[in-house]
Amino acid sequence: MTDTTYHAASTELPHFDDDPFGPELLEDPHPFHARLRDSGPVAYLERYGVFALGRYEQVRAALSDWQSFISGAGVGLANFRTETPWRPPSLLLEADPPHHDAPRAVLTSVLSSRALRGLRDQWFADPESLVDDLVKRGGELDAVSELAEVFPLRVFPDAVGLAKDGRENLLPYGSHAFNAFGPRNALVQDGEATIGAVAEWIGEQCARDRLAPGGFGEQIWRAADRGDITAEQAPLIVRSLLTAGVDTTVNGISAVLSALARNPEQYELMRRRPELIRVAFDEAVRFESPVQTFFRVAEQDVSLGGTVIPAGSKVLMFLGSANRDPRRWVQPDRFDLQRDPSGHVGFGMGIHQCAGQHIARLEAEALLTALVRRVRRIELTGTPRRKHNNTLRSWGYLPLRLTEA
Amino acid sequence: MTLPTPMPTAATRTQLSLTVLDKRRESDGVVSVRLGQEDAQRLPDWTPGAHIDLILPGGLTRQYSLCGDRWDPATYRIAVLRESASRGGSAYVHDQLSPGDNVLVGGPRNNFQLVPARDYRFVAGGIGITPILPMIQAVERLGSSWTLLYGGRTRASLAFADELTARYGDRVLIHPQDEFGLLPVADFLGSGAPGTVAYCCGPAPLLAAVDAHTAGWRAGSVRTERFVAAATEPPVRSEAFEVVLARSGRSVRVTPECSVLDAVRDAGVPVLSSCEQGLCGTCETGVLEGTPDHRDTLLDDDERRQGDRMMICVSRSCGDRLVLDL
Repeated sequence: MTDTTYHAASTELPHFDDDPFGPELLEDPHPFHARLRDSGPVAYLERYGVFALGRYEQVRAALSDWQSFISGAGVGLANFRTETPWRPPSLLLEADPPHHDAPRAVLTSVLSSRALRGLRDQWFADPESLVDDLVKRGGELDAVSELAEVFPLRVFPDAVGLAKDGRENLLPYGSHAFNAFGPRNALVQDGEATIGAVAEWIGEQCARDRLAPGGFGEQIWRAADRGDITAEQAPLIVRSLLTAGVDTTVNGISAVLSALARNPEQYELMRRRPELIRVAFDEAVRFESPVQTFFRVAEQDVSLGGTVIPAGSKVLMFLGSANRDPRRWVQPDRFDLQRDPSGHVGFGMGIHQCAGQHIARLEAEALLTALVRRVRRIELTGTPRRKHNNTLRSWGYLPLRLTEA
Repeated sequence: MTLPTPMPTAATRTQLSLTVLDKRRESDGVVSVRLGQEDAQRLPDWTPGAHIDLILPGGLTRQYSLCGDRWDPATYRIAVLRESASRGGSAYVHDQLSPGDNVLVGGPRNNFQLVPARDYRFVAGGIGITPILPMIQAVERLGSSWTLLYGGRTRASLAFADELTARYGDRVLIHPQDEFGLLPVADFLGSGAPGTVAYCCGPAPLLAAVDAHTAGWRAGSVRTERFVAAATEPPVRSEAFEVVLARSGRSVRVTPECSVLDAVRDAGVPVLSSCEQGLCGTCETGVLEGTPDHRDTLLDDDERRQGDRMMICVSRSCGDRLVLDL
């Protein structure tokens, strides 16, 4: 942000000195989100020189309006017009129409609910034995490392068609990529020490000959054979799957498990009414917002909520805040399966909305279905710990007891 | 046990009903129509090559390519040729449809996607120019090279020819049949060098000529769309219909003013949605009986024909009863 782009609104625009990427707010962002929302539809974060949106209405509007709020200059703090991205930009997340169109059409088709129908039986069968083993063992576990990380890593890399070796790189890669949307703070610097080899492994897996026939990865390459995308685009689209497909679902599953453990009556309700399983996951995505933030850049001077955001400004959208905006949600801080969480922005909205959302829902539905069949009660047995990430709302440790049904 | 009513959102809660903002003559036999909402709300997003379904009185559905500016999110533009053999669709648009009228719209859907290329050869016959217009806008932004060969009966019949020539000069070859004969497809398309993709939209004989010339080209380097055929689906229903929810053993009535999704929710059956514009697929629901009137952007023609699933935020019923897997 330069002095020339922002002065007119400075007198009336609420200013904040808080650091949304600092340890304090990463540990508990909710009081800050409330102050941000209550200050007005648009605010200004002095520390980073960015505009901030905390209310549902403006976050949803900015997400939807790809003409005014562009992604091609980066969806993190770094402005690709003046700064070099840490890796070649995503053809999906960090691209605008018309460049975005063909990669998005291919990925949407590969990950469509039609494509997932073939995976459904297998994905529902898999967690049965996983949950069985945990229950038989006595039911005491760290739900992050023994359930939320395990299940997606059992099914998703196979669905992509990845080789068995090296899958331990997936979580650190995703974690660093999501950290890198924030400022170059200690979280990013810690990752930088080891990310080189991890990123190299990820890059190698995107090559055609590494991807098993029939998987999502190979289907992306087949789209290149058909000319729907170029052979240069195919590996970067596979990379998007590997970046965004693991940590997000791990955190989504941790979110729903932690919410159910803290709200036993909601777990009981879900057991009685299994048709609420899908609601439970989306309610957890609303409640916890595993992806907390994304940035856009104003393509021209944009009027939003009574403020003119000058062309070229970075705009930080607080998805997690929008998903708990009392202007949109009744008792937003309650995890409640009897609310309709539809319309939450936890998966984004508009042309960049999460292409893998149906995969995330299917994974969660499979795991929760296995749980309600075998587990009568889920409870916390200790104090859970957060894992800080500049973008993701994560648990690092979630001690639970699963009581056999 | 009922679900609390969510607070209102920006999402559409009824059928997509658009107002004719203006209608103008573009050439002999062609009018363009701009559609939007009175409060200039965003319309569902689309990509070049997409079409919308116009649902006309009596339940006739007609498909028209979007030919407007995608960077204007509140407006769709279509252009319609008066067809002599019209069964009512184009005649209605030409003779009846007027500014201020409301029309129901389905889609947009895209069976004619723009794919990446270094060099594009666009061939348009007559009203087949319509999907090509937003493609040219996109390719200009992509920075690829392109040329357009545009033919039709007479110069006066060629919609948008003057503005294309004025803006793009000699990249546009205007070729009226009464002056120059049939389109010189072979000369124009050349040999199909790597990086070249040909797009053609027009009548069947033109597409046949393009197919014949490009028979040896690599897979995917020739993309054609025939004038959209007259709808073969059963006419859509404008009256209320019944929706039976098989798993929960309930039945709800869906009036023209509400969506299937709303009706299901009002009955207390939880169902997730997100965009409520038929774009994201979150509310996809299995159909056990009945024929859906599909208005989403996601299902392709085969999936629509199968009729075993629908996006209940926008899609409706062709008959008086649907049975859903809910």
